[in-house]
Amino acid sequence: MKQIKSRILAIENLVITFTLRGQVLTAIRGISLDLYKGESLAIVGESGSGKSVLMKSIMGLLDKNGSIAQGQIIYNGMDLALFNTEQQWLTIRGKEIAIVTQDPMTSLNPLKTIGKQIEECVVLHQGLKGKAAYTETLKLLTDVGIDDVEKRYKQYPHEFSGGMRQRIVIAIALACKPKILICDEPTTALDVTIQAQILQLLKSLQQKYSLTIVYITHDLGVVAKVADRIAVMYAGDILEVGHTHEVFFNGKHPYTWALLSSLPQLGLKGQPLYSIKGTPPNLFKEIKGDAFAPRNPFALKIDYEVRPPFFQVSDTHFARTWLLDPRAPKVEPPATLQAFFEEGRQYANER
Amino acid sequence: MSDKEVLLEVKNLHIVFDKGKHKFVAIDDVSFHIYKGETFGLVGESGSGKTTIGRAIMRINEVTSGQILYRGKNINGKISKDWDKQITQKIQMIFQDPMASLNERAKVDYIISEGLINTKNFKDEAERQQKVQNALLNVGLLPEFASRFPHEFSGGQRQRIGIARALVMEPEFIIADEPISALDVSIRAQVLNLLSTIQQRNNLTYLFIAHDLSIVRFITDRTAVIYKGKIVELAETEKLFSNPIHPYTRALLSAVPEPNPYKERDKVVEIYNPLQHQYELAPPSFIEIEEGHYVLANEEEIANYRTLRTVEVSE
Repeated sequence: MKQIKSRILAIENLVITFTLRGQVLTAIRGISLDLYKGESLAIVGESGSGKSVLMKSIMGLLDKNGSIAQGQIIYNGMDLALFNTEQQWLTIRGKEIAIVTQDPMTSLNPLKTIGKQIEECVVLHQGLKGKAAYTETLKLLTDVGIDDVEKRYKQYPHEFSGGMRQRIVIAIALACKPKILICDEPTTALDVTIQAQILQLLKSLQQKYSLTIVYITHDLGVVAKVADRIAVMYAGDILEVGHTHEVFFNGKHPYTWALLSSLPQLGLKGQPLYSIKGTPPNLFKEIKGDAFAPRNPFALKIDYEVRPPFFQVSDTHFARTWLLDPRAPKVEPPATLQAFFEEGRQYANER
Repeated sequence: MSDKEVLLEVKNLHIVFDKGKHKFVAIDDVSFHIYKGETFGLVGESGSGKTTIGRAIMRINEVTSGQILYRGKNINGKISKDWDKQITQKIQMIFQDPMASLNERAKVDYIISEGLINTKNFKDEAERQQKVQNALLNVGLLPEFASRFPHEFSGGQRQRIGIARALVMEPEFIIADEPISALDVSIRAQVLNLLSTIQQRNNLTYLFIAHDLSIVRFITDRTAVIYKGKIVELAETEKLFSNPIHPYTRALLSAVPEPNPYKERDKVVEIYNPLQHQYELAPPSFIEIEEGHYVLANEEEIANYRTLRTVEVSE
């Protein structure tokens, strides 16, 4: 997979703050992240880690009390962080970057037929009218795997199941002909069997429409299935970023280890599952050093004082932990994980 | 395995929801039993009826026909007041969403003791407070939390309150309806561990309702797979996962994402087509294919499954 990759979006040293009842909450604390053309990037983190806020900032959908305090979002030579009118955002939102939200039960208008809802976007973004718009709508419906499209066009959202509705939401996003598609927990509200189908659909659409997809999720199973690269987020910061197999099987940050170890798939029956102690930090307070340090059994003294820089593990793999500093003591990942890492290496060797 | 004591038995359970002309068969001839001290898993998609079974055991949903026996005694339909009171105390439930299942206007103290008050299961105020305190300590919360309101707690803590509310009744049997689906990954492990600890400490039996098969595999002893109101397969959990027989179970297992990018990408997801069965002429029944492993199938299918198995084993 040695290709010359071009950056489609670059986030640089982004800081996002919210003002709540006179207090300032720092939701994103100096994140830098590149998105490459045609890839699937998964942003993994718990609720409250800032993964949705990060993606909303790219689309100019931050709540009124939130603002970009610092940093740049470079897309197509423009700095989106400087946008301040709705007019400017309308040139990006939908047209260039579209979003598929979590819950298909609430993201569609219950009073309009689904055909009209898709056609609305076709008319607005592709400039088609009348018959042409209708044909394009039917084509989109077919593309997202819906049968009997002419009949389905005239139906209302309540006549569709959850999985079908999510397909329609995807069709609406595609109707805008975006370059980047953000999928915010696209399958969390769906059953496992349907989840597998939707992920399969997104993968095939990615090729057909040459999309760059960002998945926001907390489900490592979903990540394993679809992502080329992973960024692990915690308390408004990216702690580790790398190719999927690098983060899964050669993870370096103790938070990545903790996330993997707490998966029931890696647990031994009858024994307690590894669980992360404590709770995430309060973002109203200033965070010193590594945000994960208080919950980290491997934390060094410096973790409480100085924010670790990104240490390079490979050309594509970076982790923000002082454990990678040459002066740090050697720390081995937990025993259950070592077996898992070993299994991964074997798979890699077979290829 | 016949020496195990059966705690709860469901026999030929039918539940039909009807509203005027529309009839909907939610549960269609379901039978199973749960041994004392085990964790019994019930998995299926949304709408398969798994929660309805849980609610029927809680006696929230009325049973159309069939029986639910607790310690060999009927608990549905007309029962004596005394038995009714005992059941109310012995069978408790833990709900899915801790954000929605706690009364926002009540203090934790009241939320936990509501059941005690309803069954008048305490001598005096001091004993009630003692019981609430113990329940909080049991789930890893501090006794002083009793004077706070639910909104002051995180999701994981709220779920612990939900568990404390069940524990305070000193139950024998707990129905946990998707108890960790609404929680964050790192909190899930904490709550799962808590459920195992209190099971051992308080000698509890669980009915664990879930759609996440990786969790079911981790926590349950036996599992039943339910599809459209019918149990299609029931076996010891490990047997079910290593050797699924019914096509629906196979499809369900194949769809579970694994945290391994190499395996995950090679995997073929099977799709279940309910039309593959020819049940008009030969209706299916619930057949024991090997010890403790039941499948819903007709005779022809059983024969097929058997040959398939021998082929797989000999390979």
